[in-house]
Amino acid sequence: MRRVVITGLGLVTPLGTGVDHVWKKLLDGQSGIRPITNFDTEGYGCTIAGEVPAVDGRGGGSPDQPGMFDFDKVLSPKERKRVDDFIVFAMAAADEALADANWKPETDEDQEATGVMVGSGIGGLGPIADTAIVLKEQGPRRVSPFFIPSALINLASGQISIRHGLKGPNHSVVTACATGAHAIGDAARMIALGDADVMVAGGAESSVVPIGIAGFLACKALCTAYNDTPEKASRPYDRGHAGFIMGEGAGVMVLEEYEHAKARGAKIYAEVVGYGMSGDAYHITAPSEDGDGGLRAMKMALKRAGMEPSDLDYVNAHGTSTMADWIELKAIERLVGDHAKDLTVSSTKSMTGHLLGAAGAIECVFSVLAIKDQMVPPTINLDDPEHETPIDLVPHKGKAKKVDVAMSNSFGFGGTNAAVIFKKVD
Amino acid sequence: MSDTLERVRKIVIEQLDADPDKVTEKASFIDDLGADSLDTVELVMAFEEEFDVEIPDDAAEHIQTVGDAVKFIDEKLGA
Repeated sequence: MRRVVITGLGLVTPLGTGVDHVWKKLLDGQSGIRPITNFDTEGYGCTIAGEVPAVDGRGGGSPDQPGMFDFDKVLSPKERKRVDDFIVFAMAAADEALADANWKPETDEDQEATGVMVGSGIGGLGPIADTAIVLKEQGPRRVSPFFIPSALINLASGQISIRHGLKGPNHSVVTACATGAHAIGDAARMIALGDADVMVAGGAESSVVPIGIAGFLACKALCTAYNDTPEKASRPYDRGHAGFIMGEGAGVMVLEEYEHAKARGAKIYAEVVGYGMSGDAYHITAPSEDGDGGLRAMKMALKRAGMEPSDLDYVNAHGTSTMADWIELKAIERLVGDHAKDLTVSSTKSMTGHLLGAAGAIECVFSVLAIKDQMVPPTINLDDPEHETPIDLVPHKGKAKKVDVAMSNSFGFGGTNAAVIFKKVD
Repeated sequence: MSDTLERVRKIVIEQLDADPDKVTEKASFIDDLGADSLDTVELVMAFEEEFDVEIPDDAAEHIQTVGDAVKFIDEKLGA
């Protein structure tokens, strides 16, 4: 099997846009959760989310702040109507990651060796809901010809391929909140097996729309308790946790075959060494009480990496600020045994909220940055831990730590689990 | 310039983000103004809405230039 390394990163998140900008805020323990601006929340039990702050005022953004998203810099107004926001976020994150990797394939050979694997949990939920209303009120002849291509999940991969001339494998993952991690793991495998030399991989989501918030509220999954103090709402492992806070955005990585990256003198962030998957076969929205599915995914990832649990330095947990946080943490404790006291685990969802299909992707990026900078991001709002654990959960502020090996966990509705392990390249 | 032509031009410029100087009566949506087949479907929908007329699919297929649209609409409206 060929080795796979990471040579480019891109982020669009509730903490802002751009890897350097977001990473600084993350280490500083800042929250990206604010009152929802995308729509009028009157009558909704949850009125807060992690929206992408933009120059047009969305998500509390403004033109004079750094790291603001600018839709007009990604697409012209004409192109914009062909794509839902999750695709715009994916395109912007891919632009950043490809520029960071300094990879601009121009020959047929290079273009055909470069693929795209960007997924989404739900895709164009906004246009689906809006178009259903048009259909009901005005009839079938008023449905836009751009409705379907703006909403299809794999159009994120499609649009990125068209924009950059990437003619290799064009694929997409849909595994709810495990999407981003699965996309990166699967894309790494495509390179390892020789289907491509370079893959643009990650996840994107834009479900902070009325039907998205209403739908997750109905599942009893969203937090309704902190509408007046949004920055305190996402609090994994804390006694006051009360459900997840939805986020939006995208995370994208450029994955590359090791020799290919070395030959062109690319900057190498880390290596993808392990990837594990499993199914709970238990419940549509809840994990099994013993965390067995997540545990098996982590074990499989370690086995693929040829590593022992004691090799892990940092785990970016799924940690959504729900009852499932401790189930995952107990599974990690069982996995690592005595190594627990030396292990660092944090939930960056305490700051970004839960980006659903993009969550695993941005968290893989954070795990890679932990290796690059030898810094671990914190779990904020961890004022009163619900249970005791020997594991360091990095409350409040990020800190320096030797991180040679980092694992990112992502678990999704339907009982789907993924763990991806990254390792420092000497 | 007829009123219909002006209104058609306005829609085309807006929908296709086209250079106003290029949006002449003879301009083809696809060959001259950069539209694709989905754009032309959306254009026809916009004409229907603006002029409150129905443009059946078989007629829409023959509307390929700004002038074609003006001619069809004027005939429909009995202008």
